[in-house]
Amino acid sequence: MALTEDNNERRPTRAPLSDTLWPALKTAVRTLSSIAVTLLGLLFITFIIGRVMPIDPVLSIVGERASQSTYDAVYEQLGLDKPLIVQFLYYLWDVLHLDFGTSLLNARPVSEDIARVFPATLELATLGILFGVILGVPLGVLAAVRKGSWIDQVARVLALVGYSMPIFWLGLMGLLIFYGILGWVGGPGRVGIFYVDVVPSVTGMILIDAALDGNWDVFKDAFSHIILPASLLGYYSLAYISRMTRSFMLEQLSAEYITTARVKGMSEWDVIWKHAFKNIRVQLITVIALSYAGLLEGSVLTEIIFSWPGIGSYITTALLSADMNAVLGGTVVVGLVFILLNIFSDLLYKVFDPRAK
Amino acid sequence: MNSINRLLTSAAIGVAMGASSFAAYAETPANMLVIANRIDDVTTLDPAESFEFAGSDISRNVYSRLVYLDPLDLAAGYQPGLAESWEVSEDGKTITFTMREGVTFHSGNPVRAEDAAYSLQRAVILNKTPAFILTQFGFTPENATETIKADGNKLMITTDKQYATSFVLNCLTATIGGIVDKETVMANEVDGDMGNTWLKTNSAGSGPYTMAGWKPNESVTLEAYPDYYGGAPTMERVIVRHVLESASQRLLLERGDIDIARNLNPEDIAGVMEAGGIKVEDELKGRLMYLSLNQKHPELSKPEVRQAIKYLIDYEGMKDSFLKGQYTIHQNFLPATYLGASEENPFSLNIEKAKELLAAAGVEGLEIETGVREAQERMEIAQSLQNTFAQAGITLNITVGTAKQILARYRARELDMYLGAWGPDYPDPQTNAGTFAYNPDNSDEANATGLLAWRNAWDTGGLTPKVEAAVTEGDRDKRVQMYQDIQAEFREISPFAIMFQQIEQSALRDNVMNWSTGQAVTSAAYWQVTK
Repeated sequence: MALTEDNNERRPTRAPLSDTLWPALKTAVRTLSSIAVTLLGLLFITFIIGRVMPIDPVLSIVGERASQSTYDAVYEQLGLDKPLIVQFLYYLWDVLHLDFGTSLLNARPVSEDIARVFPATLELATLGILFGVILGVPLGVLAAVRKGSWIDQVARVLALVGYSMPIFWLGLMGLLIFYGILGWVGGPGRVGIFYVDVVPSVTGMILIDAALDGNWDVFKDAFSHIILPASLLGYYSLAYISRMTRSFMLEQLSAEYITTARVKGMSEWDVIWKHAFKNIRVQLITVIALSYAGLLEGSVLTEIIFSWPGIGSYITTALLSADMNAVLGGTVVVGLVFILLNIFSDLLYKVFDPRAK
Repeated sequence: MNSINRLLTSAAIGVAMGASSFAAYAETPANMLVIANRIDDVTTLDPAESFEFAGSDISRNVYSRLVYLDPLDLAAGYQPGLAESWEVSEDGKTITFTMREGVTFHSGNPVRAEDAAYSLQRAVILNKTPAFILTQFGFTPENATETIKADGNKLMITTDKQYATSFVLNCLTATIGGIVDKETVMANEVDGDMGNTWLKTNSAGSGPYTMAGWKPNESVTLEAYPDYYGGAPTMERVIVRHVLESASQRLLLERGDIDIARNLNPEDIAGVMEAGGIKVEDELKGRLMYLSLNQKHPELSKPEVRQAIKYLIDYEGMKDSFLKGQYTIHQNFLPATYLGASEENPFSLNIEKAKELLAAAGVEGLEIETGVREAQERMEIAQSLQNTFAQAGITLNITVGTAKQILARYRARELDMYLGAWGPDYPDPQTNAGTFAYNPDNSDEANATGLLAWRNAWDTGGLTPKVEAAVTEGDRDKRVQMYQDIQAEFREISPFAIMFQQIEQSALRDNVMNWSTGQAVTSAAYWQVTK
C-alpha cells in the first residue's frame, strides 16, 4: 500500500478522465445541439416559405383542368387542409425517421433523388474547387508579392472577368469553342450516349465509379464531359480566392515581422511561404470553405447549360413546381453541407492555429 | 434566361459558326435515336394517371391501345390496334371489341380481353386527373366492372347513352387507353392501389418499346420490343435526353451527338436552317392561344364589344414578330388537323371597325383588367393588345401573376379578361367543344370550373344543345358539318377570341426519316422512324 502511494506521488500529474472527457462531451453536445437547432430553423423557414409562396402544389399535380372534386381530394391527400404547424410537425416527425417523403412530381422517394443528384454536384464542385485553389492561391500570392507588376494586372483582369461575366454566357461560349468548334471536350450531359449506365453506380460520382470498375474508357469520356463545367466553376472560385489571397498576403507582407525576417537575411521564398503564407492559412480556409459550399449548393445556370443533373437544378425545378418535399429534402442536404464544412473548417483552424485549441 | 440574353447568345453562336467550321461531327449509331427534349414534366408513367406532354410521348411508345393513330397517316383517324375489329350494338350503347390474337406483353404474358377490361376499369376506379376522358361516358368506380367486361376474346363496353362511335374510339386512343399487363400490375399492388405506385416508375405494356430507364430530369431510355405485334421497330434504342437550354440542344445537334432537337427557340431554328446536314420540320400542335371576356362585366357582355375586341387584335403583327415560326393564326376552337376543324379566320386588325362597334354599343373610355400568367409569349401578346386596345380608347390593365394567382381568379370568374392557352385532352372535337361552347348551368352555384364557358359566365347562346347533339351523331360527315356550324356561330357570338395555334418545330439530322410529334391529336411516335 505504501509503495503504491509512493508510486502514485511520483507519477506525472494527469487530469482525471472525467476532466478531459467532460469538456469534450460538452463540446460534442454543444455542436450537435447547434446542428439540430440550425437544421430545425432551416426546415421551419423553408417549410413556411414553401407554404406561403404563390405556387399551388395541388395544381402542379392535377393540372389546371382537373375537376373540383379531384382537386379537393389531392388537397386533402397532401394534408393541406390541416393547420400549418400540424403539417410541419408531421413533416418533422418523418424527417426524424429519415423519411423525406416522396417527390410530388416524379413519385420517387426524395432521398433516392438526392442520392442521385447530389453526387453529380459533389463531383463537379470538388473538381471546380480544386481548380480554383490550385491556381487561385498561387496567383493571389504572386499578385501580392509582385504588387503593381504585370502579374498583378493579369490577376486583376482575370478576377474582374470572373466576377462580371455572366456564367451562362461564358458557359455557352466555352461549349461553342471547346465542344462545338474544336471538339476537345464532351458536350452537355455527364457522359456520352455510349456510356450511359455502363458502370455500376457505387458512389454516384462517375469518375470514381469508372475508376473503381476499372473502365477507363468511361472515365475518359466522363472526364471530357466534366472538365469544361468544372473549369468554369473553378474559374469563378479562382477569381474570388485569388483576390482574397492577394488581400490577406498584402496585409501580412506589410507587417513588421516580415521586415524583421528580411533584415535577418531570410530567403524571399521562406519569407513568403514559411512566414506570410503560414499566417493567412486560417483566413484562406474560411474563404475556400465558403467557396466550396457555394459550389455544393449547385450552380443552377451551369447545370442547365451543361445538362448536369445536380442538386441546384433539382431544387429549382422542385421549387417552381411547388414540390415541397423535394425542396425541403434538398435544403436539408445543402444546410448539412454548410454545417459540416464549418465544422471541418473549425477543425482545420485548430490544426493550423494553436491559439484556437 | 431573358429574351435579350437569348438573342445575344444565339447571335454569338451564329457569328462564331459563320467564322469557323465545326470539328468533324460524331454520328449516333444507325440503330439508335437520340432526342433532346424537355422532360421535366414527366410526373408518372402510369397510363391511368399520365397527363403531360413528355409523359404521353413515353406512354404512346410503351403501351398499345385497342385502337391507335398511325403516325404516318394521322388524317386517317383511329385504326385497329390491340382490337382487330369492333361492332356497335343496335342501341348504339355497347361496343364489342374482338382482340387481336398472339399479342404479348413485354413480360411475355399474352394480351387478353381481360387485360383490356382491367386497364379501363382501373383507370375509372383510380379516378386520377385524366379519368374524365372515360367517365364522361357514364363509367363510374361503382359500375366499372359492369359496364366494362371481358368475355373470352371479346371486350364489351357499355356507355350510359348513345355516343358517336368515333367519339368513344377517339378517346380510347388517348394515353389513358393504354392497356396494362394485369398479372404484372396486380403482382405489384400495394394496399389496394391497383399497382399505381409501382406503375408510376415502371411499365407493363405491349407497345413497340419497353422502358429501360427513367432518370427524372435527366433521361429516358427505351429498348425496342422485338415481338411487337406491329413489327420490331428499326430504332433499337431510343434515348430522350433532358436538355433544357435551346443553345445546348443546337450545339448537340450540330455536333451530331443527337438526332433530333425539339425545343429550339426561333433564333436557333433560324441558325440551324443554315447549317448543313440539318432539316427543320413543322407540325401543328393542339395548343391554342386565346383571350376571353367575362360576361358578368356590363360592357364586355355587349355583342358589339365582343366583336370589337376581335378586331382589335394584331394577329398578323404578332405572328410575324415575336411569335414567328412558333404560332400560326387560328380563330376556331378546334385546332387544325382535328375532325371538324375550320380554316376560317375572318378577323384581322381593324381599328376603325372596332371604334364603330364600340360607338354602336355606347361604350366610351372602357377600362378593363386582364390576367396573364408570367410566361414570356403571353406577356408579349398582352402588351400588343394593350397597344391596339388603346387605339380604340380601351385601357387594358395587365395583371401578371403565377398560375396559382391568375387561375384562381379566372376559375372564380373574377377577371374582366383572361389571356391564356388551352390544349385538347384527347383527339376528338368534343374535347374543346365541350369546354368552349358547352355550359348547361351558368349559375355561380354550378361551380363548373372545368368549363371555359362557365369561367367566363357565358351561357353559350344556344350552342350547348348543339354540342350535345354533335357528340351523339353517328354519321362522321354529318358530325364534321355540325362542328363547323358550331364554330361559325361561336366565332361571331362568343366572348372568346381564339388567336393562334402552336407550331412545333423539330430540327433533325437529315438522315432521320418519318419523324412525327403527333400533330395536334396525339404524341410523338418513335417506332416508324428510320435513319
